[in-house]
Amino acid sequence: MPEPTIVHPDGMGYIPHAAGFVANEGPKLVSGRFPYEDSYTLECALATGAYTGLRAALGRTPADVHTEVRDATLLGRGGAGFPAGVKWGFCPEDVWPRYLVVNGDESEPGTYKDRLLMERDPHQLIEGCLIACYALGLSQCFLYVRGEMALAQERLAVALNDAYEAGYVGRNICDTDFSVDITLHWGAGAYIVGEETALIESLEGNRGMPRLKPPYFPAAIGLYGRPTIVNNVETLANLPWILEHGAIAYRGYGSEASPGTRLFAVSGHVVRPGVYEVEQGVTTYRDLIYGPNFCRGIREGNELKAFIPGGASAPWFFEEQLDLSLEARDIGAAGSMLGSGAIVVMDHTTDVVKACLRIVRFFARESCGKCSPCREGTSWEEKILERILDGHGRPSDLDLLLDIGDNISPGPYPVAAHGAAGLDAVPFPPLQTTICPLGPSSVAPITSALRRFRSEFEARITRHEGIPVRSAPVVDGDPA
Amino acid sequence: MNDVGQSVEITVDGRTVLANPGELLIDACERTGTYIPRFCHHPRMRPVGMCRSCLVEVDTGRGPALQASCMLECSPGMQVDTESERTRKAQAGVLEFLLVNHPLDCPVCDKGGECPLQDQTMAFGPGESRFVEEKRHFEKPIPVNDNVFLDRERCILCDRCTRFADEVAGDALIHFQGRGSDTEVNTFPDEPFSSYFSGNTVQVCPVGALTAAPYRFKARPWDLEEVESTSVVDSVGSRIAVQSSRDCVLRFQGVDADAVNWGWLCDKERFIFEAYDHEDRLGTPLLRGDDGDLAPTGWGEALAAAAAALTDVDPDRIAVLGGARLTNESQYAWTKFAKGVLGTDHVDAQLGDGLPADFVLGLPRATIDEACTPGGIIVLLGPDPKEELGSLYLRLRHAVVHDGATLIELTPRATGLTPFADHSLRVRPGEAVDVVRAMFGEGGTAPIGGVTVEEAQAVGAIVSGAAVGQNRPVTVLLGRQSLAEAPGTVVDAALVLHDWIADVRFLSMLRRGNVHGALDLGLAPGLLPGRVGLDEGRPRFAAAWPTTPATKGRDALESLRAAADGEVDVLVLLGADVLTDVPDHDLARRGLEGAGTVIALDLFATPTVAAADVVLPATAPTETDGTVTNLEGRVSIVARKVTPPGTARPDWMIAVELARRLGADLGISSPDDVWAELSVVSPIHAHIDPEALAVQAREGILVSGGPALVRPAPLEVPSHDKNSYRLVVTRSMYDCGVLTAHSRSLAGLAPVTRLAFEPTDFAALGVAEGGRIEVRGPRGNIDVVVGPDSRVTKGTAHLLFNQRGVSAGDLIEATAAVIDLTVVPV
Repeated sequence: MPEPTIVHPDGMGYIPHAAGFVANEGPKLVSGRFPYEDSYTLECALATGAYTGLRAALGRTPADVHTEVRDATLLGRGGAGFPAGVKWGFCPEDVWPRYLVVNGDESEPGTYKDRLLMERDPHQLIEGCLIACYALGLSQCFLYVRGEMALAQERLAVALNDAYEAGYVGRNICDTDFSVDITLHWGAGAYIVGEETALIESLEGNRGMPRLKPPYFPAAIGLYGRPTIVNNVETLANLPWILEHGAIAYRGYGSEASPGTRLFAVSGHVVRPGVYEVEQGVTTYRDLIYGPNFCRGIREGNELKAFIPGGASAPWFFEEQLDLSLEARDIGAAGSMLGSGAIVVMDHTTDVVKACLRIVRFFARESCGKCSPCREGTSWEEKILERILDGHGRPSDLDLLLDIGDNISPGPYPVAAHGAAGLDAVPFPPLQTTICPLGPSSVAPITSALRRFRSEFEARITRHEGIPVRSAPVVDGDPA
Repeated sequence: MNDVGQSVEITVDGRTVLANPGELLIDACERTGTYIPRFCHHPRMRPVGMCRSCLVEVDTGRGPALQASCMLECSPGMQVDTESERTRKAQAGVLEFLLVNHPLDCPVCDKGGECPLQDQTMAFGPGESRFVEEKRHFEKPIPVNDNVFLDRERCILCDRCTRFADEVAGDALIHFQGRGSDTEVNTFPDEPFSSYFSGNTVQVCPVGALTAAPYRFKARPWDLEEVESTSVVDSVGSRIAVQSSRDCVLRFQGVDADAVNWGWLCDKERFIFEAYDHEDRLGTPLLRGDDGDLAPTGWGEALAAAAAALTDVDPDRIAVLGGARLTNESQYAWTKFAKGVLGTDHVDAQLGDGLPADFVLGLPRATIDEACTPGGIIVLLGPDPKEELGSLYLRLRHAVVHDGATLIELTPRATGLTPFADHSLRVRPGEAVDVVRAMFGEGGTAPIGGVTVEEAQAVGAIVSGAAVGQNRPVTVLLGRQSLAEAPGTVVDAALVLHDWIADVRFLSMLRRGNVHGALDLGLAPGLLPGRVGLDEGRPRFAAAWPTTPATKGRDALESLRAAADGEVDVLVLLGADVLTDVPDHDLARRGLEGAGTVIALDLFATPTVAAADVVLPATAPTETDGTVTNLEGRVSIVARKVTPPGTARPDWMIAVELARRLGADLGISSPDDVWAELSVVSPIHAHIDPEALAVQAREGILVSGGPALVRPAPLEVPSHDKNSYRLVVTRSMYDCGVLTAHSRSLAGLAPVTRLAFEPTDFAALGVAEGGRIEVRGPRGNIDVVVGPDSRVTKGTAHLLFNQRGVSAGDLIEATAAVIDLTVVPV
């Protein structure tokens, strides 16, 4: 077997064939295979240790494997950050069959870590699926991949065929009694299908619309009315390492509450945007944005205006929150969320009205049309922001925007407070009049921007002004 | 449900309220006097939580939170605040959102005045709009089928119509399309919403997005008068609201009768009123003059002519056919006139397309609710309910799809229920009894009637309780599976089921309007009112009636045969279009020609009426007061709403007049008088009177009891010749019947029939689809258009009855047990 070829990073630290991935210093629990040229082939994967975690798992009892994962405190990487080992325990007793569904419908704006995991290391994901199925006693897994990710689909399909042929998937895996089938399914291009119950609807062949809650977890009633565990791609990609090295080693990385590493996708006005594997809880936003090992600061020496700390749905953070560590609990308490790990940085040249419109338009287009407040409210917000940008804004529009937001997401909306991080903040998530959080997500940019930069909106409306380039950020008084 | 012992105590606006176990909060609040706004919520459909109008603040111990009350089951200790500031703001907010894209063209909207969006905006909505942008635009309106129009601008996307189509009707042909505020309801291209139940979507639409052609721009709701009545289109007896303006019926709406139709109607029930108002309605009596032509005349002359024809005639030479569309009261009047005054028993409301009356009455009966018991077993030994009894189909479908009932089909052709059936045994015509015997282990091991013995026994194990456990009620839906086989085929099979299944019950699928009233009130040979035979009932009627028939008379086919042989001097037709409705057209033609004087009571000048000598115009159901009896035996009110055309009279009044001219007093001067007399002569009707009916108007009053089971002699069925095709003739929802043909909305919907074969059988014929072949049957050779149909069973050939294309009645020979057709080689 020829030695796998490692491709070295370019001058900026990017691995050329893994678009956007930065091979920086630090532990590589899930992205270790990315630098190999043929990392997505079975040959390369086997040569670099693939399926050793599976073999380790098969040598133990399923309950043992489940315990190992629970002890590792593997937090879900989809956005909610719920411990996977605990979620696995939610299936009702004695109801069979059950299913594992892998959520590969990564579509939160700014998030592209699952795509890399599927494109660069499909075998790691397949191995993770197998370990989860073994721990849970499942024999059927569905892998739902976002419709637009053609390369990920192709590589997963090839990898799965190879894995079937090599005896890692299918009947009597690795010559044991363990058998699993993995079925691939391509999405049809709806953001909302990233929501797990909408994903299940789509998988069943229906229109992707969120299901009503309760039941709150598909673990009770999921795919085809059966108990179903839905896990994110990155969550499962962690399993081979955990099984190979053990929960204790895993907890050696990151913080007590959030062990292990996480992939963060940073985009926007930084010097080196990209996907980074980062130790959770011990790294701060300041490290990530300004650290030489990470994004190396704001482009052209500009000033930071705001940043989105965890996907387009997250309320914005500002300079005061830079020293928060990447810990879901702390970020929630400070009024936003870590979410899917997508960080968007805006420098002082950013026109916040345009930025707002850009995000609101996304949610208006992606609203599934089910709940009236989301369907009608998001497009109304979009129309008002368009009107303001067209120079036809009215002073009353700003309170109207906030009140529309209040009718989608009633009560005080989470917003990062001035001063010390966390003080006076309304914790995330917000209340909602809708079934799922998509509608309330459209409120995040409006509330964040209007509370902080109301004068920029007013300048647009009363003086038809855009934001002047290279001036100090306009900061309002107390936002309460 | 209403057991206080199991009730859930909740607090609504500081008031303690008892909710039923499992009751949704929105329903519990409404029941106890607190109305919460809603659009998507519908009591007969599953909650969807889509419109978000019903948000209320609920505290279940974790602090107050806004929750959709249409999705929330009441739980003990729940604190509900429907008037809090947050509740009010959320509800007003949702209404504002719904109005954002709603066009507010209320002045020209048919819904204006009865619009939940108007009403709830008034009560719960914001006073003014803050939306200044352009609303979304669509082409308006677009037809989604021949009768229903969709205005997507008005639509508030509540999912009621789409849920109805998918969940209730099973015709998921309208869907949400697009996303966000571009979401719209629409059909797929080239796939119209061709559903028999499409009119229900118009009724459940909470705005004016869906409108039906017959009512569009016809009236303002505040000008409508309404009366509750019962549909007589078929024997389900769906409750309806008859709405009229300026003495003209404009709309039928379904009324939610819990025991019957749950508020749904099939489109035939809904739109048939157009026929009642048709300009072709008979409004004046007609008399055949010396020139041989029918000419208008006065009631005096017409009744005199009819009475003269009936005077001094041997009762054995009088026959009365039809009457299944009459009210109970008219049926009693006519039975009394025919059997008690004229003394003939040659009386039959069925027209050779039903089942023996005494046999049907002798079977243990089920109600619709009993047939649809959750977890029960339903055996279909009859026609396709989707085609013949639309509202019953919806109940059956619900029972099977949502309530865990098990459906077994024993039919010669696939039905509308086939997709939901546990077992579909495709039985060749005439061989149902053999298949049923095989179910219970009687018979050999060779396939029989097109069914393997193993399959039959598997079904037998289910219906006898062996396979699925006891305590699951078994109901047989019994009716004529095919008009091309004698009724004996299903009668014999039903008797075997009756003998083998403990506590089995039967639900009659005789279809014509009030045919069950006719059976109960004696419009059938050998029977007297109250489900009694002649001999058994005679003592009761001796005092009340001048006479009673001595012996059991002829049924409809026998009467027509007698008439053809010149043995009938007077033939009375009570709304009976024998030339169309009697399956054997040749017999009907000969009977009508051979009869002496023909007296016809009818709404329209049908071909049969055109051959009559005296024509007496009768009133339609919207013009008549009375009652009808549905297939369960449920008596419910039919109410007069408008005046009849010309001088048309109720049928009972015509009987009274004729009797008077023959010197007899029927003792009936109003429909109510019938109930006074029935309470004396018919014990099974003793608990019914106009007062009781008024109290129980919505659900009606069930009539139960009946004679002992009769066992007609078994039918001899010739064995099947491998080279022939056994003919199956069924009905479809829309046909060339006189009422459908006179309803503008329904007339164009009747299909064209052709002789259909199972696809491999068809391929073997070597003819192109739509080509013609010559077939030989008992009535000789006939040239027909043919085609393949996957619903047809191998070895059979199928036709629809009373349609354009091929006339099935020309192939049917009434005396034959089954009709075998052979293909004549070219």
